[in-house]
Amino acid sequence: MNTSLKALKLMIVDDSNIIRRRIERSQQIARLEVVGAACNGREAVDLFRRTQPDVVTMDLTMPEMDGIECVQELVAINPQVLILVVSALADKATAIEAIEKGANGFLCKPFNDRQLNEALEELLSEA
Amino acid sequence: MLKEEEIRTFIEGTTHYFETSAQQAATVGSPYLVTDGKPGAYEYTGVIGITGARKGIVYFTAPRGMLTVLLMRMQETDSSDENIRDLVGEVANTISGNARRDFGKNFVISVPLVIAREPERVTAPHARSYVIPINWRTHSAKLVVCLE
Repeated sequence: MNTSLKALKLMIVDDSNIIRRRIERSQQIARLEVVGAACNGREAVDLFRRTQPDVVTMDLTMPEMDGIECVQELVAINPQVLILVVSALADKATAIEAIEKGANGFLCKPFNDRQLNEALEELLSEA
Repeated sequence: MLKEEEIRTFIEGTTHYFETSAQQAATVGSPYLVTDGKPGAYEYTGVIGITGARKGIVYFTAPRGMLTVLLMRMQETDSSDENIRDLVGEVANTISGNARRDFGKNFVISVPLVIAREPERVTAPHARSYVIPINWRTHSAKLVVCLE
């Protein structure tokens, strides 16, 4: 599976610097190429247009524009994008709402490297 | 009166963070009741406000030393103030997420507020608070549940 991950571009969206850096480090295992990171939904939409990533990790609770709204905007721009929601909002209703708006997977915070990479690989298997 | 399972949800949110992120479990000390409205705080605190079926606050408060080691366990080499604040906010975020999952819409939970280096700003809205010591490695933090 890792071979198929090599060429894909990843954008990280999270208002927490430590989470952005943690995902950046973990992706080296999954061999995704990070093309940018944004700390709110508004910034993410701009970055998405410029970098055209294939895969996005998306926090939900963020200033300016929240993750659910951002998911909708990104999917409107590129319906093929794969979005993994990474959030501490662990309730089922939130996960269902994110999926309904266009996300492809959901990973609960906190997570470890193995959980993140498994979630990414599962996401990419849908591609 | 707080129910035991309500307090357990907040405790599990906290210990789950250590177990998953640091891959090293934290232990829970004996909870105690503070009745003078001053449960106290360390250098860094992540506070969540709660309304709905219960009203009040829940916070996780820890000394910088503990948070720095926790960051290192997460392979984060930058222990800047920004990252320490982020970390305590993420712990509070996890507590909040757990509560939302377990309590549903009966509890309305705010986005975490981080208070750094001003422990005197962390004030309890009610006289009675449950304080749960959270011990990890050689460090001690506190989870404070102050709900009416």
